[in-house]
Amino acid sequence: MTEVRDNVKSHSYNLPDLGSSEILRYSRHLILPEVGLDGQKKLKAARVLVVGAGGLGSPLALYLAAAGVGTLGLVDFDVVDLTNLQRQVLHGTKDVGRSKLQSAIDRLRDVNPHVAVEPFEVRLTSDNALEIVEAFDVVVDGTDNFATRYLVNDACVLTDRPNVYGSIFRFEGQASVFATPDGPCYRCLFREPPPPGLVPSCAEGGVLGVLPGLIGTIQATEAIKLVLGIGEPLIGRLLLVDALRMQIRTVRLRRDPECPACGTREIRALIDYEEFCGLRRAAADELTAPVVRVITPLELAAKRARGDDFDLIDVREPHEYEIARLEGARLIPLASLGATVPTLNRDREIIVHCKTGARSAAAVRELQAAGFRNVWNLAGGIAGWSEEVDPAVPRY
Amino acid sequence: MPITITLPNVLCRLANGQQTLEASGTTLGDAVADVSGRYPSLKPRLVDDAGNPYPFVTYYLNDEDIRFSGGFAAAISDGDEVTIVPAVAGG
Repeated sequence: MTEVRDNVKSHSYNLPDLGSSEILRYSRHLILPEVGLDGQKKLKAARVLVVGAGGLGSPLALYLAAAGVGTLGLVDFDVVDLTNLQRQVLHGTKDVGRSKLQSAIDRLRDVNPHVAVEPFEVRLTSDNALEIVEAFDVVVDGTDNFATRYLVNDACVLTDRPNVYGSIFRFEGQASVFATPDGPCYRCLFREPPPPGLVPSCAEGGVLGVLPGLIGTIQATEAIKLVLGIGEPLIGRLLLVDALRMQIRTVRLRRDPECPACGTREIRALIDYEEFCGLRRAAADELTAPVVRVITPLELAAKRARGDDFDLIDVREPHEYEIARLEGARLIPLASLGATVPTLNRDREIIVHCKTGARSAAAVRELQAAGFRNVWNLAGGIAGWSEEVDPAVPRY
Repeated sequence: MPITITLPNVLCRLANGQQTLEASGTTLGDAVADVSGRYPSLKPRLVDDAGNPYPFVTYYLNDEDIRFSGGFAAAISDGDEVTIVPAVAGG
């Protein structure tokens, strides 16, 4: 903890003064003895980096800005999409189609004009991460994939910056503080990521909109505590939130002496994180796998208009079928496809679809392996159909 | 009294919707094997082909990481609580 404080102090040995409008703005902080005038000045002097301006990044950026963190770095290269607004409260309906960073800058300027936002409109990579991370006192991980999480962790370990971690899926979230001088790091918790495809993303598996609000505000709390040097940070503890049962518990984390990042220190430079997460291997496997023939939504529309005879199979889940469906499609969720194969006619032309084309590609492969020859994958899935053929079919 | 194993929400559907399972045995490995035997579709999400824990799923025995207390060989006793925490990356 002391070194975390020193990290901040190294930038703040000459703490900045607060103007009279700042004193009024932060009055509820100033009357907390644990914060006080010095604490608020520490916040003003602090530089906090938020990686990701999405679900977790939204409450993080809003609360850190409101709290008066002087410099807020934001890393994101994405554009605001309508499907983000169910949870990404940093952005509004008017921002759909804008860069997330531009949207964030406007919103944060309104929340607190005393905060300087340093935007990094780039993908965080092994080439730029150390330089970006090193320029800040505290790093907050609001990313949405394993490769970037290991990258953020290693960059924090290598630069001695605390990593305020948060992660969510469906109804459950996790939070901790990694990479402090004596505490564990993300690699001590999970030595390796799961193979690609095993754990669905929030886009595939869904997430309760308020969950990133719960976890992101916990991360913001921890970041502020680290800057102020107060309380007991989540170092060596993993906070587990189950929003469905509304149970919150902590389990104990230990630094792994064999951790290649913070234990043996064999990781001395940033590595290729896509390789580490198996993404390159997965892409190579994709290239060498049997060819999945695709049909575009427009070609499928033309076949229908001609009255061609074929079977259309939807391999999504029943609750997705409820949201939107293609007329005449037979619902066979991917997990039950194998059991249904005997009921399918292998002499007929079969077109398979899902939401965006990934699950249906797996289904086509499964049918090909079962001896089906005339099987096609609908490119872009029902989402592609909605975009290219019939916007009346809802996108979700 | 057996021990209890708490699953993450995402795995409940593989155990007939139950989040907390009772299990018995003398080691944690016994208890996981007991549960895996009763819910075969849950098994590949709990252990690898060799029956070992995955590096991306962490087991806590009474809130302590089992990797530092003998792994699956750790002794269990009545009333112990096991929590299974998988790696998730959403943000």
